[in-house]
Amino acid sequence: MKALSISNLYKTYQGGVIALKGISFDVEKGDFFALLGPNGAGKSTAIGIISSLINKTGGTVRIFGKDIDTKSNEAKTHVGLVPQEFNCNIFERVTDIVVNQAGYYGIHRKVAMARAEYFLKKLGLWRKRSEVSQTLSGGMKRRLMIARALIHHPQLLILDEPTAGVDVETRRDMWSFMTELNQEGTTIILTTHYLEEAERLCRNVAIIDRGEIIENTSVKRLLSKLDKETFVLETRTPVNNPKPMEGYSIMQEDDGTLKIEVYKRQNMNDIILHLHNQGIEILSIRNISGRLEELFLNLVNKE
Amino acid sequence: MTFGKNLITFNTIVRKEIVRFTRIWPQTLLPSIITMALYFVIFGKFIGSQIGDINNITYMQFIVPGLIMMPVITNSYSNVVSSFFSSKFQRSVEELLVSPTPDYLIILGYICGGVIRGIIVGIGVSITSLLFEPLTIHSPGFVVLYITLTSVLFSLAGFMNAVLAKKFDDISIIPAFVLTPLTYLGGIFYSINLLPPFWKTLSRFNPILYMVNGFRYGLLGISDVNIFFGVGISLFFIAALFLSNLYLLKKGVGLKR
Repeated sequence: MKALSISNLYKTYQGGVIALKGISFDVEKGDFFALLGPNGAGKSTAIGIISSLINKTGGTVRIFGKDIDTKSNEAKTHVGLVPQEFNCNIFERVTDIVVNQAGYYGIHRKVAMARAEYFLKKLGLWRKRSEVSQTLSGGMKRRLMIARALIHHPQLLILDEPTAGVDVETRRDMWSFMTELNQEGTTIILTTHYLEEAERLCRNVAIIDRGEIIENTSVKRLLSKLDKETFVLETRTPVNNPKPMEGYSIMQEDDGTLKIEVYKRQNMNDIILHLHNQGIEILSIRNISGRLEELFLNLVNKE
Repeated sequence: MTFGKNLITFNTIVRKEIVRFTRIWPQTLLPSIITMALYFVIFGKFIGSQIGDINNITYMQFIVPGLIMMPVITNSYSNVVSSFFSSKFQRSVEELLVSPTPDYLIILGYICGGVIRGIIVGIGVSITSLLFEPLTIHSPGFVVLYITLTSVLFSLAGFMNAVLAKKFDDISIIPAFVLTPLTYLGGIFYSINLLPPFWKTLSRFNPILYMVNGFRYGLLGISDVNIFFGVGISLFFIAALFLSNLYLLKKGVGLKR
């Protein structure tokens, strides 16, 4: 079953700005799906339409088979949204925000309180439960929006740049929480500008640019298109201008560091052997390619 | 959603509204009671003592119903307009828009919040009026009917104002330039029978006149207008505003891009 099916989706804003030019893509149930694109590409518009915050101009959107036009309320019960910008009432207490959200889905207050406790503890907000949301830090505000989006146990969770502006530790905690949710069966759609995040978490990806889908495939398949990878090699002893090797690029970064570029058709062993024959002992090898990032830039720039 | 779930949703919105206006009660509940106490002192005691009876009742007795109705109108209106617009402004209204809450429940929930605040303030002013004049109730049914219809009507009007408003200025224009003049010219301080024919006829186009007089009938048994016509007018405006609000929400006017 498809968690989300978008067909020929158009959006033209008042004033004539065309945000979406007939995009189509599907997200399978249980998937961890990345929706990527540069600023202004149409990602947030697409998410806004899926979550009923933006009216579409044309096309169809089905959430677990429910058309958002004809079975809007049924479709909405499946979706949890974590928006890009903080949109909680700043004067409301943390617990009230989460429990009230459950109430909007018809969940009894007693059940909602128990769920709120679970999610607030899970997301490290339990100590802040009685505070008004405006006193929370940026990372806490993001986590509050996640707790709010999960309170009705949605089958499809949409995360619009959930880790933007949060510290490294919080980001990693959020990654493991998202992975756990996905493993438990929640379908997740993620938009992010941290392509490392998408590469690490997502199985499938759609890249949107200027209102059009320019790539829609699995992350694995997309990465297989990568032509070249860059590695940093740390050497045991200082190196002085290693001999070049035909067809390979070897650059000296500093006394004990080399940078090499290896194309897909080339063999890593050959270059290691080449360096070894010069008496260069390699201590460590590190892949520094922003792999998805490179592909993303190639695709977007090509367009 | 089922009836039970809808009821939970409705209760959630109403509860949230009550929590909101009781949390800031010095801003929401107290000012009207203090203002009306001043009206009782100045217009009822000081000036009223110099004015003769109207329809065989003292001037103080005559103005009490209108002075109770005035804060009911302004509070039910301002509760909904400020609450809904601030949730639009902070975008927390999206919590409701992404949920399966039917549009009519959003309206009913906010309206109920406005009605409750209007009635609480109305009761507060009524209690305050006891310090100046014993309160008589001629027809409890009409008292309840008119106070409910009025607060529902102005809550609905406040909701529409909030939906259409784009900036904070927009939510103060209607109360300042429409609601306040209509309220003051709605027969609170005078009987329209005292007016020249032209102004008397013009006054009949003011819907607040019917509400003030209907409520006055409930308390004192006197009215300048037909009280059943007043019920009809109120029901007509309630239906028109409710349907208009429903249409605005369905289209997402002021809420969805």
